[in-house]
Amino acid sequence: MAIAFKEETFRDDFTFSNSPEAIRRFPFPFHEDSYMYSVNLEQHVPVRPENTTRSLPDTVFDKTFDVDEHYVAEMKDRELVLAEDPLRCQSLPHMTLAGWDLLELIMTAKAAEYPDLFELHRDGDHWHWINRPLGIEQKFVFMDETTLPYGPMEYITRQTQGDFALLDQRDDNLWMDAGMVTTQADWSLDFDIGMNFFEWHAPVPKAHEMGIFVRALKFLLNIRQGSPARRLNWTLTVNPLLDTSPENYHKWGVQRATLTPENLGQKLHLRVELQTFFRLPRSNALVFPIRCYMISFQDLVTEPKWGRRMHRVIRDLPDELADYKGITRNRELILDWLSHYDDGAPTSPGAWADER
Amino acid sequence: MSKSVLEPSIPSRPVYGELAPRSGKAHLFIADAEGAEAILDMAKTAPDGFFARAHIIYIPKATGERYLERLESLDPGQLYFGPSYEAALPRLRRTLADAHMGLQVYLAGTEGLMGRAMQEATEAGIPHTAIQSEHRGSTARRVQCVHCKGITEEVTTDPFQCSHCGLHLFVRDHYSRRLAAFMGVCIDAEDPGDIPEPVERFT
Repeated sequence: MAIAFKEETFRDDFTFSNSPEAIRRFPFPFHEDSYMYSVNLEQHVPVRPENTTRSLPDTVFDKTFDVDEHYVAEMKDRELVLAEDPLRCQSLPHMTLAGWDLLELIMTAKAAEYPDLFELHRDGDHWHWINRPLGIEQKFVFMDETTLPYGPMEYITRQTQGDFALLDQRDDNLWMDAGMVTTQADWSLDFDIGMNFFEWHAPVPKAHEMGIFVRALKFLLNIRQGSPARRLNWTLTVNPLLDTSPENYHKWGVQRATLTPENLGQKLHLRVELQTFFRLPRSNALVFPIRCYMISFQDLVTEPKWGRRMHRVIRDLPDELADYKGITRNRELILDWLSHYDDGAPTSPGAWADER
Repeated sequence: MSKSVLEPSIPSRPVYGELAPRSGKAHLFIADAEGAEAILDMAKTAPDGFFARAHIIYIPKATGERYLERLESLDPGQLYFGPSYEAALPRLRRTLADAHMGLQVYLAGTEGLMGRAMQEATEAGIPHTAIQSEHRGSTARRVQCVHCKGITEEVTTDPFQCSHCGLHLFVRDHYSRRLAAFMGVCIDAEDPGDIPEPVERFT
């Protein structure tokens, strides 16, 4: 299936939008009418949900690294962020090998799963990479940094949607020792680089006390090569702003104060992170891609089940979580808007939209 | 008594303990202000001759001469009083560069001093198991502005004004050992100009 890549922006005039197909495949994150933290990790394999009668020609879980209609525009936005702040991409010296592992993983997966978009030809260490959507053709020597315009992690993640954290594994912990982070939900790679799993999660309320991180870490330490895992996380963003970084919060924070009942449907977006975890073969590092999908509330409620459920989730969200997700100041406004899409009818189990 | 009680745990913040004499070929102390008391307390349980192999780098700051005589009376092999951490830094780096296996490092005083000295020690290859720390005195924080990346020392109020870019920042309970600093985040980003009165939070 050919993808029609959109020309759109995630800043200034915010022309981002989802096509009907993109709405249909949106990874709605709530499988029931309420939300609380859990260790919601599962195998990263293509999904054919049993609890919906609806046929889903494709989902965001089908490919190792999903490529969608926003690909080209997202890569342009990343380029702008990096030009303004090069500290969004960093790699501690011992992580170069993991960078090559990641480059190999992405190139081989994309070439195999999207042969009309990407090609990889390998002759020993001499590799030839073709990226049609971005118009890139590169011949290079695998494991020889001098043959690429950037380090291997930076090179490939400038061509792959989503943020990437490379986690070194030692002392029974994971260490955030490299990353490409330009579409983050308010966390700073520059501040967190070098931290272990518990340290970089320090600002998250409640979950420490609930033992979430201890259990999650145990799971992640045991991920094996060839058996990736995934989970979804979410927040709300005013305007389809990919770069909601703490670095630029003094510039974008004011947008949170612009919501009105009239513009909410168009301005407010559910922001879902598809987080995946892969063991890397040479370095034994983990790569942690964090892929961001956004949908405006007016598009979200075109699926009646999602509208009802979104209302119930926001209504019953514990205050601390609402605070952490930056929802508190607009919560009443959001609830009022959503209440028009909740008739109190029961919702079907699972996250998928109902057949209409 | 200057033993300070820190706010309940922040998972990214180091846990400070109590200095105890360890066996080692050499002992390096880096302390500021009331941190001297941690050294003096520890000295009570130190074996005879312990301080002959000790090098104390001490920055008195506002405590002036309060602890100097008592530190001298420990009769350390080397004793240095410095006017500031920056002034003491070349000496500290030289000492760490000359260090042999078996050096024990003792940090005492403010979090800012301990964090920065910890950076130097670990960069010099001193294993973290050979470094002890004890918090004494001011709970003032060293804070990095997440926006301009400049670091403001001795922050006692929340919010405070970044000494580099001038933004008004609140102090997030998130600490980076690499930077030896807490994170400061713009407090009036959503409502420009709406800056709460600063409260003395870290004294």
